[in-house]
Amino acid sequence: MSSAASQRSWLTPSVVPGFGMTMGFTLVYLSLIVLLPLAALVVRAGGLGWDQFVAVVTAPRAVAAYRLSFGAAFIAAAINIVFGVLVAWVLVRYRFPFKRLVDGLVDLPFALPTAVAGIALATLFSKNGWIGSVVEPLGLKVAFTPLGVMVALVFIGLPFVVRTVQPVLQDLDKEVEEAAASLGADRFQTFRHVILPSILPAAVTGFALAFARAIGEYGSVIFIAGNLPMKSEIVPLLIIIKLEQFDYRGAAAIGAAMLAASFVLLLVINMLQRWSRQRMGG
Amino acid sequence: MGRINPITERRGLRAGLIAASLLYILLFLVLPVVTVFTEALGKGFGGYFTAINDPAARSAIKLTLLTAAIAVPFNMAFGIAASWAIAKFEFRGKSVLITLIDLPFSVSPVISGLIYVLLFGAQGILGPWLAEHDIQIVFAVPGIVLATIFVTFPFVARELIPLMQEQGTEEEEAARSLGADGWQTFWRVTLPNIRWGLLYGVLLCNARAMGEFGAVSVVSGKIRGLTNTMPLHVEILYNEYNIVAAFAVASLLAFLALVTLVAKGVLEWAYGHELGGARA
Repeated sequence: MSSAASQRSWLTPSVVPGFGMTMGFTLVYLSLIVLLPLAALVVRAGGLGWDQFVAVVTAPRAVAAYRLSFGAAFIAAAINIVFGVLVAWVLVRYRFPFKRLVDGLVDLPFALPTAVAGIALATLFSKNGWIGSVVEPLGLKVAFTPLGVMVALVFIGLPFVVRTVQPVLQDLDKEVEEAAASLGADRFQTFRHVILPSILPAAVTGFALAFARAIGEYGSVIFIAGNLPMKSEIVPLLIIIKLEQFDYRGAAAIGAAMLAASFVLLLVINMLQRWSRQRMGG
Repeated sequence: MGRINPITERRGLRAGLIAASLLYILLFLVLPVVTVFTEALGKGFGGYFTAINDPAARSAIKLTLLTAAIAVPFNMAFGIAASWAIAKFEFRGKSVLITLIDLPFSVSPVISGLIYVLLFGAQGILGPWLAEHDIQIVFAVPGIVLATIFVTFPFVARELIPLMQEQGTEEEEAARSLGADGWQTFWRVTLPNIRWGLLYGVLLCNARAMGEFGAVSVVSGKIRGLTNTMPLHVEILYNEYNIVAAFAVASLLAFLALVTLVAKGVLEWAYGHELGGARA
């Protein structure tokens, strides 16, 4: 085959067989399971017409739900960026008993079904629960308030920052820290000026992943949230309520708005990951 | 003694940071899991086993097992096919394809269910046609399976793609030049190379398939004994203030999660170098 021909082709020739079959199956399956159903959502939301779509999407109850979902997701991700960096640091740098166990436990929110986490957190933070009975007399009411939403979102977002920062800390060259120390920097200065800049892209990536996951989260939130319209009602719950009222178009419109937000976040996360890799020199 | 190591912290600070981390893990991870089991045993083992042996609970367990038994093999076959096409060949548009495969992870579980209701529901785009032919997908088992396939769609593929990319095509090319056909190459060369990565992906896929709540909640209709999976049954029992029974069923799911974590840890420890990516 001439080089001109292979340059024009979108597929580089290979002696490995099976491209047609595996690619065909991949595209058909991807289209049937993911792309067509997502297109149905867009078509259904589009059926409303622009003015009505805007009216549904900006209704006060919807706006209150966005504020709660996005606000609580942001605060939860912010808490997790601090504690995530801390946990990653401790796991990489220090030795302590049961370290492997703690490391494995970090992935629990990925493995524990959300409904199970939801009822467990609701019970823990309720008036008679182990944590609720301690913090409620202090005036901190968590269960059935927006604060409860945040607690659930801290839980499901916990692994992200730890898992993005951990490998970066592991690969960090200790010689740079020694150099900083020999130049007279104290430990805090070294952290602030040497370590933090290296782990920042990974930490922000983890923050974005946790935030993206949290805005769509449903199962772990609804049991602890209280679910009062305008007050403690998250966006996914509002979609379900609209479906239960047979308001399919309203559900589709808010679903489409959330989907658009997710796509924007996906783009941001891809950009952050590229930034991370550049910083790592990989 | 006396000389301070320039690249670590003072002992007191170290202990403080470890304590803060452990407290955070204790509050947000350990206590919830412990709560599940203590609440489940709130009426002793008798109450626990009564709750699990309840016919509605047993039918929920059966439906969850059935759903995973369909969804996981489908996504496994897809994951193998997609990673073969993506890792063993060079073509344009590859990164777009990888992004599309990962897409279900960025979609809210509730929206993952919603899209099937909008497509197959009574008021859905294909609803009238399905009703005419007496096919029910939404509020029935096929809808639950579809929604589960959607939310677990990327798990196997995203484990296998980086792994197969690292392994390259040399071994497959050698097998071909020695006269092996495509299937022989796959079964005897590729599959043994990816088996631990495949198992890892299947493990995570299965855990999510059995535990999915939001997406399944939207498409199920929650008909007790018919379209109730374990997580949905947990919700119903909890909302009926049947707390012990809710946590008893939840404890089975929590147990599955812990087993998954242990198996995952063992795989990472024993075969980390064969898992690809940063799994070691």
